[in-house]
Amino acid sequence: MSIEETTVHHHAHHFASADDEFEAAKQGMWIFLVTEVLMFGGLFVAYAIFRGLYPEMFHAAHQHLAVNMGATNTVVLITSSLTMALAVSSTQKGKRDHAIIYLVLTLLAACCFLVIKYFEYTHKFHDGLLPGGLFTNTELKDPKSPLFFSLYFMMTGLHGIHVLIGMGVITWILRRTVRHEFSPGYYTPVELVGFYWHFVDLVWIYLFPLLYLVG
Amino acid sequence: MANSSATAHTGNHYLNHSKGLMSWLTTLDHKRIGVMYLFSVLTFFLMGGVFALLIRMELFKWGGHNLLEANTYNKLFTYHGAIMVFLVVIPSIPAALGNFILPLMLGAKDVAFPRLNLASYYIFMTGACFAVLALFMRGADTGWTFYTPYSIRTNTTVILVLFGAFIAGFSSILTGLNFIVTIHKLRAPGLTWDRLPLFCWALYATSIIQVLATPVLAITLALLCMERIFQIGIFDPKLGGDPVLFQHFFWFYSHPAVYIMILPAMGVISEVIPVFSRKPIFGYKAIAYSSFGIALIAFIVWGHHMFVSGQSEFANFIFSLLTMFVAVPTGVKTFSWLATMYRGSLHFNAPMLYALGFLELFTIGGLTGIFLATLAIDVHLTDTYFVVAHFHYVMVGGTLMGLMAGLHYWFPKMVGKMYPEKPALIAFWLIMIGFNITFFPQFILGAQGMPRRYWSYLPEFTLLNRISTVGSWLIGIGFFYTAHYLAKAMRKGEKAVANPWNALTLEWQTSSPPPHENFIETPVVTSWPYEYLPENTTMPVNA
Repeated sequence: MSIEETTVHHHAHHFASADDEFEAAKQGMWIFLVTEVLMFGGLFVAYAIFRGLYPEMFHAAHQHLAVNMGATNTVVLITSSLTMALAVSSTQKGKRDHAIIYLVLTLLAACCFLVIKYFEYTHKFHDGLLPGGLFTNTELKDPKSPLFFSLYFMMTGLHGIHVLIGMGVITWILRRTVRHEFSPGYYTPVELVGFYWHFVDLVWIYLFPLLYLVG
Repeated sequence: MANSSATAHTGNHYLNHSKGLMSWLTTLDHKRIGVMYLFSVLTFFLMGGVFALLIRMELFKWGGHNLLEANTYNKLFTYHGAIMVFLVVIPSIPAALGNFILPLMLGAKDVAFPRLNLASYYIFMTGACFAVLALFMRGADTGWTFYTPYSIRTNTTVILVLFGAFIAGFSSILTGLNFIVTIHKLRAPGLTWDRLPLFCWALYATSIIQVLATPVLAITLALLCMERIFQIGIFDPKLGGDPVLFQHFFWFYSHPAVYIMILPAMGVISEVIPVFSRKPIFGYKAIAYSSFGIALIAFIVWGHHMFVSGQSEFANFIFSLLTMFVAVPTGVKTFSWLATMYRGSLHFNAPMLYALGFLELFTIGGLTGIFLATLAIDVHLTDTYFVVAHFHYVMVGGTLMGLMAGLHYWFPKMVGKMYPEKPALIAFWLIMIGFNITFFPQFILGAQGMPRRYWSYLPEFTLLNRISTVGSWLIGIGFFYTAHYLAKAMRKGEKAVANPWNALTLEWQTSSPPPHENFIETPVVTSWPYEYLPENTTMPVNA
């Protein structure tokens, strides 16, 4: 990594300095993550209310989730958060080659997460463990059971969409890293994508015990 | 206030900086984006307004079958509500006027994230397209509140309207986010927090609500869409779900949304009153902080929309009590405005008239809110025309009056031409008188028990309904007349000077219309923006 490879970043015309621009971008990202918390918050509230109303049903229904797969995915995502943090730190230090490796590892972990999720979902579809009115499973006798799977699919589905978006933006910064667009003087997008990815990880850390480890 | 005076410029400004349709559609200039928002919002206002006139026409004569079939009527009031709330009143002041004025007031060259700003405009228009598309299909007949379980079962294309509102919500979130960062990071040198104009304070409080409340609406509408596509049952009692949960979710957003609508209007009023009273604003800090008081209370009173929904008596009691607290910060503002005008040198130009209209109508709207917050009275008044009258006094009498005040106040800055004063006064009185004739009788109708959203009514309500309909024509004429003289002024109005009102906030210290980058030199702020001196009572425009 030589000095010649790093490009000088020119900040946008309406900011006084590159530092101001960086601080503004960071603040914007934090506010965005707050909105994300509130959006997931609606689902968590719905979960809390129905679990309070039908605790036995939640307990019976959750036994149809694959704890092994969920636990594996938790490890996979936490690992991906580590590689993401290392990618950010490598970029800050100007170690572009390391950053590329860590970003690729993060992407692979995200893929791995979705593949495991895919197998989980197809298994649920096969067993008729579907949301609400589409539910056809006959093993679960409680007529409220479909609600658990509605929440399961909505919560993990919304999270899955966030993983997909995360993969998109990680690919984007990977491409820009390969093109030498970041340097210790300018790495705002890498840092912000890092924020976002840790948030996606954090949501899963809550989803896993709430859905897979009831009672 | 600032040392950057309105220097004579070369005639180059944001309107002629670049030319052609594409230069507008791809612009990152907050001023142009604000103007595009303004035109879009006014177009939707025309649509929503025409629907309102049709609704009133139907109610002119007792017995139904006058103009519309019952189902068409249901669709029209749904559209009137949904368009006015999501596409007009919420974006009107923040996204249109705020986008234009906020960076100018801060002495900044643009908002913090110009690209995001343009994106949020397109997101808004995409949402609007979905909602309007449904009009040409089977419409929607749920009312703008989309209450379950009816919204799950109706065979209208309600899903497109839901999806449209869902998308438009993200535009609101991104605008709020952009404004918060802009206010934090892009204030001109010397523009400390205690010198920040009150319109900026109001937009800041509004942005916080937009950022915190709108995501909850997003997930609620998304769940309702899923309800219709996959029958997830979370809000459907048939599948073990809870329709009252939908109401909680919906009002957790939609009550704070009421303050997204009113706070920016209060910000406009706080700017207009000192300028046209030629006096320093009374209670600057109280007005600034009370916006945050309102924003805070906004989040803990949603249950007052649900007094008859079957929520617990205890919850009703708490929500009723908390709702009464809204009166405190609102009263702080109102009395500060009155004290600002007291012994001032009042100039009754159109912006000031609309500000006074705001004070009168919003006070009636606010006081009737106390009736509705009182449990025993609310049970009687729930879902009657009393509620309709109350929120029109607040939304039209508050937000729309604020929008009209701001539109006239900043018109010279936005287009570089003066609006004509006399037609503006005529239009103001048409709207003001028409508004009271339309909505005051609805308080009486509601107290007598006429339910809202009905296609027909009992014969004894005929007279008051007729009066109300006649009033709606006056409002209609007033707004069409306003559109006419503003359009004319844009083309051949008298040229505006940089600071026609002799105002002290920064947007007036640059030319009208402002140059592409707002200021030739970055202004440096050395004092408070409301230091109007007794000897400085004239305005160039009235001289």
